[in-house]
Order: sequence, then structure tokens, then C-alpha cells
Amino acid sequence: MTRAATVQRKLAFTVIGWSVGLLLFFPILWTLLTSFKTEGAAIQLPPKFLWFDWTLENYFEIQRRSDYLKHALNSGILSVGSTVLGLVVAVPAAWAMAFSPTRHTKNILMWMLSTKMLPPVAALVPMYLLFRDFGLLDTRGGLLAVLMLVNLPIIVWMLFTYFKEIPGEILEAARMDGADAAREIIYILAPMATPGIASTLLLNIILAWNEAFWTLNLTAADAAPLSAFIASYSSPEGLFWAKLSAASTLAIAPILVMGWFSQKQLVRGLTFGAVK
Amino acid sequence: MKTLQRGLLALCLSALAAAASTDARAQKLTIATVNNGDMIRMQKLTDDFTAKNPGITLEWVTMEENVLRQKVTTDIATRGGQYDVMTIGTYEVPIWAKQNWLVALDDLGADYDVDDLLPAIRNGLSVDGTLYAAPFYGESSMVMYRTDLFRRAGLNMPAEPSWDFIADAARKITDKSAGIYGICLRGKAGWGENTAFITATANSFGARWFDMNWRPQFDSPQWKNTLQFYVDLLNDAGPPGASSNGFNENLALFQSGKCGMWVDATVAASFVTNPAESTVADKVGFALAPDNGLGKRGNWLWAWSLAIPAGSEKRDAAKAFIAWATSKDYLELVAGKEGWANVPPGTRTSLYKNPAYLRAAPFAKMTLNSIRAADPTRPTVDPVPYVGVQFVAIPEFQGIGTEVGQQFSAALAGRTSVDQALRNAQNLTERAMKRGGYLK
Amino acid sequence: MPTLHAHATARLAMSPAVALLLAWMLVPLGMTLYFSFLRYNLLMPGLESFTGLGNYQFFLTDPAFFDALANTLLLVGGVLLVTVVGGVGLAVLLDQPFWGRGVVRLLVVAPFFVMPTVSALVWKNMLMHPVNGLFAWVAQGLGVAPVDWLAQLPLFSITMIVAWGWLPFATLILLTALQSLSREQKEAAEMDGAGPLAVFAHITLPHLARALTVVVLIETIFLLSVFAEIFVTTNGGPGTATTNLSFLIYAQALLQYDVGGASAGGVVAIVLANLVAVFLIRLIGKNLDA
Repeated sequence: MTRAATVQRKLAFTVIGWSVGLLLFFPILWTLLTSFKTEGAAIQLPPKFLWFDWTLENYFEIQRRSDYLKHALNSGILSVGSTVLGLVVAVPAAWAMAFSPTRHTKNILMWMLSTKMLPPVAALVPMYLLFRDFGLLDTRGGLLAVLMLVNLPIIVWMLFTYFKEIPGEILEAARMDGADAAREIIYILAPMATPGIASTLLLNIILAWNEAFWTLNLTAADAAPLSAFIASYSSPEGLFWAKLSAASTLAIAPILVMGWFSQKQLVRGLTFGAVK
Repeated sequence: MKTLQRGLLALCLSALAAAASTDARAQKLTIATVNNGDMIRMQKLTDDFTAKNPGITLEWVTMEENVLRQKVTTDIATRGGQYDVMTIGTYEVPIWAKQNWLVALDDLGADYDVDDLLPAIRNGLSVDGTLYAAPFYGESSMVMYRTDLFRRAGLNMPAEPSWDFIADAARKITDKSAGIYGICLRGKAGWGENTAFITATANSFGARWFDMNWRPQFDSPQWKNTLQFYVDLLNDAGPPGASSNGFNENLALFQSGKCGMWVDATVAASFVTNPAESTVADKVGFALAPDNGLGKRGNWLWAWSLAIPAGSEKRDAAKAFIAWATSKDYLELVAGKEGWANVPPGTRTSLYKNPAYLRAAPFAKMTLNSIRAADPTRPTVDPVPYVGVQFVAIPEFQGIGTEVGQQFSAALAGRTSVDQALRNAQNLTERAMKRGGYLK
Repeated sequence: MPTLHAHATARLAMSPAVALLLAWMLVPLGMTLYFSFLRYNLLMPGLESFTGLGNYQFFLTDPAFFDALANTLLLVGGVLLVTVVGGVGLAVLLDQPFWGRGVVRLLVVAPFFVMPTVSALVWKNMLMHPVNGLFAWVAQGLGVAPVDWLAQLPLFSITMIVAWGWLPFATLILLTALQSLSREQKEAAEMDGAGPLAVFAHITLPHLARALTVVVLIETIFLLSVFAEIFVTTNGGPGTATTNLSFLIYAQALLQYDVGGASAGGVVAIVLANLVAVFLIRLIGKNLDA
């Protein structure tokens, strides 16, 4: 290819790439812009994109009405905590499945995934009764356990597919040298599998952050995360587009920023064996 | 490996222990409420209560209506005990009180003046003469219309319009090219949305949900007339997307000047006449909900009310809070801070005798008349075995009402015919009533 | 290397995860199964009684049941189609060098971080709203009548909203897989005179097979129980046009408070979901073997 053709090609892809990217990002951008409008301006047609009277009033109003930081903190604790707990349980399991597979391994994996297939709403009443009897309603502890269990199958499965890429001989060599299982996992496997573990961690933090059924229905005040925060803005009386936008922006901002900063780590371990 | 397992166990246990120890301090009231304007205002006035009641702190859990309902119902039915005060409506109160789930509110203090509550509202919240929930605000429905558009079309709104007049006026006002739609009505599926409006309208058409033997009546000509009238009217003179419009969507449409008329909750009156929110604030008139000359008007009755679940250990604090929030003093407090037009309406007779309020609220008289015109114990032309104007106060109604509402919205969206929608409604209601044991 | 010992350790290592999930399955799922044989309405306490298969009969004869089944499959299938095709396209696009590619990648992945509730609210109120929405404004600008998305094309609209959230997920995984495809392999094929389409069909796609399997499997698990997007936008309507199994069970559980019926629905849903899973594994499972 000639140089000119290469530049032309690059230019074409630049145009296409940016158009598609902006199109997909547009709903978020629009939400962000609307959050700085007054309620009146938010439903005005034709819409104004940048030249409107920017205001922070919606954010002040939200701060007056709800304790955003408490909800955000709960979301953070729940999503990170449940994922870390999940990893602690899942790493040994995935290790065993990847390096000492039996003929049941695949079935066990499938069975684990199948526990995710019950629509949560069907199990709400049983869960509510259990939570009530154990005093777990509206506690972070109870929710941590539920979120961990809900995402555990995905965590095990992702780790399993990643671990399978690691040549078993290295681990075997360590075992020959007398390392026990715990050491083998912590000192040999974990460092080699860091990218896979990091990806699993990040992906599951996102999934747990966005979980909106259990976190909404098993909490009231103390443990309520951002899903409950949003429920108080979704459709009050009167104009609410701008306030809704501000609340939405606040609800997704932390995870979006985290996702953007850790994008490289998120992607690196998502290879699912395609490297081989 | 052992150490790993032990560590894990310890981690889990400590997480659970940490969870168990976060139990509430003695006098913290957790209040579940709906995110409507009047409640949000109350939340901001919390300081007044805590100043008068040292030792009690308030924790607000504010939610959208549907989420609120599913959470408080689950909690009270399982005796979960997460809330000390719940915001519920006229639908829940009679059902829950019969289950002994609510604390009787017969001792809210001498200066509470329980006899000042509007009789229609008070009756709706009482079972066998005992009050089980205190009304925070009450509403009926009425016609809100644009005086400027009526004048331009040469129309004159009577104080007690008929449906024929409304339908005719709506078609005359409609100017789709200018983005003006003659009438906005609820179309979004839900027992508290379109089903509420259509049921109240059906009452004025002589229709009813059930006969005295609990047999569903959707196969009656009255229902056919009601639904056909509603679908035709909105198709001719309603806004696009009417089948997904609920109260909020219509409020936004009316406030932005797109509706000629809107038949909906009386509380909306203060929003549409508020210049800070509404572009048509000085051009709104009010009339009673329409009728068909059959002796019943299409207006409903609802009161968002505060109640205490029977399991609460903080009854006295909760009663103190409810007495504060629904008192005459609270009305004064809001009036002092935000003006009389913004006080929660529709609960107390004295408010409608207060000259300051009558001056500030042009809609006051019509609201009072609308509330008085609704009678939950005799809602229909023909006799019925149930109470409730825009709902049927049986536990099954939320589910049935929503499914029937889906059929109505499908007819409105043109996905099924009116006849088919009514046939489906009849079948699914029969099915549910059989399951509920009402029908053999 | 004593294999017996190794297997014992392996079993021990697996036991916490297996035990926890077993507890998770036995306790709430077991209770759900138990309730599914009871006549049990939350609003009528004290009237619980054994009803055999009555709840199953009630749930399966619901006139909306087959609609819900069809909608569930259409929704899963539609979203999978959009995300897989769109994901491959986007991955190929983002694999090309161009100016600002890093930033564009950030823009493309962003929707994945948006809570389903939030994305449904934003799409419904700010984009798809037939009067105040942006799409209506664009349509008017083009001189076309605005589409009332959620009334005229309800299931399609919901598919779009859900697909918007999952497209980045598919793109990310496929892009990673694509980047591991060696340049030499592609260049060798191009030397042999293969056109870009042939390279894509014979080299790129087979290379992506495994990543595609992962995308399909994970998405299916989540898509089978889509709920928030429907609850926020259409409430299952108009009619039953957007009622899926999750929503049908929700109506039993949190509108009727019919715990027995909802539990039976839950058991039916999990059986059906497992059928889908088995079918998927048969279809594409060979890609999962290393």
C-alpha cells in the first residue's frame, strides 16, 4: 500500500470510529448535559446542546434530599466486598477444576451456572423470610453474602477458563519442591494469573454495582446502595428530567470513572483462552 | 489449605457479626414514603419536628410509588419490621387493618382535632369507625383546562360538564400541527394509573367491576361504551404516545402547554398553577369531573396517609411524628415557609374555611367539591359488593387491575380491538377471582 | 506424584464454593420449590395449605404464559444478534489504527457501566419520548411523524435498550480476542491473494469462535432474567407485548403477592433456562473445550 492510501484509510476509519463512538456514548452525554439544565430547559424543544444557562441547582437539590455519599459508599462496599469474598472462595475451586479435572468438572461448572438462572423475584419471599429470621434485613453483611453468591458462578467460570491457559507443569514443579496447595495457589498460580484475576475482579465489581433487585428489595435505610437512591428520583410528581439526569449521573459516575481508568486491566484477562 | 479455609470462615463470620451489630438506636424512626412533592417538602421540614421532639431522629426512605408499595407490602406481610412509619393509600388501609397489621390511631392527642378531617377521607381510612391511618394529603379528580384555548375556540366550560361536552371540546381545541392536543388522559398500564382513571370514568357510564356475586362485568354494554369512548377520544384528540402516559407524563405535557384539558388528580392543581414550574400557570381553569347524567361522576378518592405497622416497637414516637405531620400546625408551618398554595390539600375541613388559603388557592373550592362528590361506599350506579371508587378494595385487585390496565393500554395503542381487550379482561379477571375463591 | 492425594486436595479446594452454592441452591431455591406446592398468599396469612400441582397448573395456563415465553426468547435472541453482529463489527473497527482510538474505545465501553434502571429511565424519558424526546425532535426535523417507540414497537425498543448496555461487553471480549490474532497470519493470507472478506471469513471469524461462545453464554444467563428495563419502561405492556417470564413472575409475586404461584413460575423458569443452557452447550459447547 502506498503512503497516501494508508493515510486515507486511517482518515476514513477515524471518521467512522468517532461517529460510532459518539453515537453509542450519546445517551450518557445527553444525560450529563441535561443534569446541568433547569427543569424547564430540560424538556425544551428544539433542545439546546451547549448554549443554555448552566446550573448546579439539580445537584444541590439532590444533596438536600438524599445522602448521596452514604448510598455511594454502600455501593462501593457491597460491590468490592462481595467480589473479593467471591474471589477468595472461587480461586481454590477454579484451581482444582483447571488442574485436577475429573469427568464431573464440566457438569459441576454447568450446575454452578444454572443456579444463576432462577429469576430473583421468584425467590424474594423466601429470601426475605430468611433475612428477617437472621436479622439481616437492611444490613450490608446480608447483602454481601447474597451478592457474592449471585456472582460466584461467573467468577469461578471466568477464573477456570483463565487458569486453563496456564501450563500445569510449572505448578507441578512447585509441588515437587514440596509446596502445599495453599502455597501453590498464593505464590505460584496467583502471580501468573494476575491479569485474569484482575479482569474477573473488575467485571464482577461492575455487575455487582449494577445489581438492582436484591440491593433494592432487601434494604431500607442503612445498607441501601445507589439502586435505592435512584428509586427516589425515577418519577416524582412534576417535571423531573433534569433532577433524574443529575441523579443518574451521580449513580453511574463512580463506576464509569473506575471502568475507564482500569480499562486495560479489565480487558487483559478477558481472553477466555483465545491466546492459545 | 486448612488455614485458607479457616481464614475464609473467620471472614464470613466477621462480616455477619458486623452486620448484626448495626442495630438501630432506641428512637430512630424509619419512615417509608413516596417521592411526591408534598412528601419531599415534609422531609425538608424535619428540623421542626426534631426540635419539638428531642430524642427522636428521623430516617427517610423515599421511593417511587410502585417500589414503595412492593417494599412496604412485603415488609408488613412478613412482619419484617424495617419501617416504623409507612406511607400508604386508601386502597391498603381497609385490607391491612382487617389483618390487624396496623396500629389504631385513636389517640393522637387532644389538639389533633380528629373531627376536623374531611368525612369522606376519614371514612376511607377507618374500619368500623376506628382510624388506622392519618391522611397527609387527600385528592379527588377534576377537569383542568386552558382558559385561553377555550376562549379562542369560543367554548365555555360549565362547572359540571358532561362527557359529551368534554369530548366535543377536546376535538375542537386540538391543533396537532401546533402541538396542541385537546385532552390528556392516563394511558400507561397500572392499577394506579390508567385502570384508576378508566374505572372512575366507567362508574359515570353506569359500569361496574363486579356484580353482587363477584362476577366480572367487562362483557356488559356499559364497559364497551366506556372503553370505546376513551379510545376514540384519545385517538382523535390525545397526544402521541398516550398509551405510555401516566400522571407524571401528563403533568409535564400540561405544564409545557401541550394539553387543552386534563382530567386527573386534584393535587395537580397546585403544580399547574405554580409559575415556577408551569408555562401556563395563569391560564388554568377547573371544573368537576364529567358525568353522563346517570347520577355518578367520574371522580375518585385517594389519600396518601401515614400508618404504623403493628410490629413497631416505637409506637409512641411514631404516633408523635404522625400527629405532627398531619396536624393543623403543620399546615401553618408549610404556609409560613412556602405559601398557602403549597400546603398539602384535601384533609381538613378547617383549611377550606381559612380565608388565606382560599385566596391563595384558586382551585380550593373545586377540590373540596370533588372530594365531597366521591363516595367509596357507593361508587357505582348499580350495587356492588366492594368499596373503592377507582379501585376494588380486595387484595387481588393490584394484580388484576394491572393486567386489565395492560389490556386497556393495548386497545389504546391499537394493538388489539376494544372488544378483544374487554374479552381478555373478562377472562383474566374471572380466572383470578376463581383462584381467589370468590367464584366457584 | 500421588494422584489420590492430589484429588483429595482438589476436592477440598472446591468444597467452599460448592458448599456455598449448594446452600444457596438448597435454601432459597429449596424454599421456592416448597412454596410452589403451597397455596400461599402474603396478603392472606394463616390460609396456607398444600395444593399439589395447583400452582403449576395456574401458572402454565395463564393466557400470557406463551406470550411471555416467546417474548423471553425473542428478547434474548434479539439482543444476542445485535450484540454479536455489532460487537464483531465494532471490534474489527477498533482493531484498525486511527486517530483517537483510545478515546473512542472509552466512549464505546461506557454504556456497560450504566445501571439497567438508569439506562431504561434515560432512554424512555429523554430519547424515546414521543413528545419531549430527542428522537421525536429528530423525526420532526426530518419531516417524519415521530414514532411512539414504546407503544408501536415495544419489544424492539426494549431489545435496543438492553442491547445498548451489552454491546460494549461483547466488543471488549471480541476485541481482546482479535488483538491476539497474529499479524503474520493475516498478512500471509493476504499475500496469498485473499481479499479482506476472505480473510475475515476464514481467519478472523474462526479465531473469534471461542470468544463468541463466551459472549453468548454469559449474555444468555443475564438476558433470560431481564426485568428492570421492562419494569421501568412498559410495565410489560401494551397488552402482553413486553411481558417476559421474569415480568410474569413479578406480577404474581409483587402485584398479586401470590407466593405459591410465583414460586411455581420460578421453578418453571429455571427448568426452561436450563433447557436453553443445555441446548446452547450442545450447539456451541465444543468451543469451550481447551
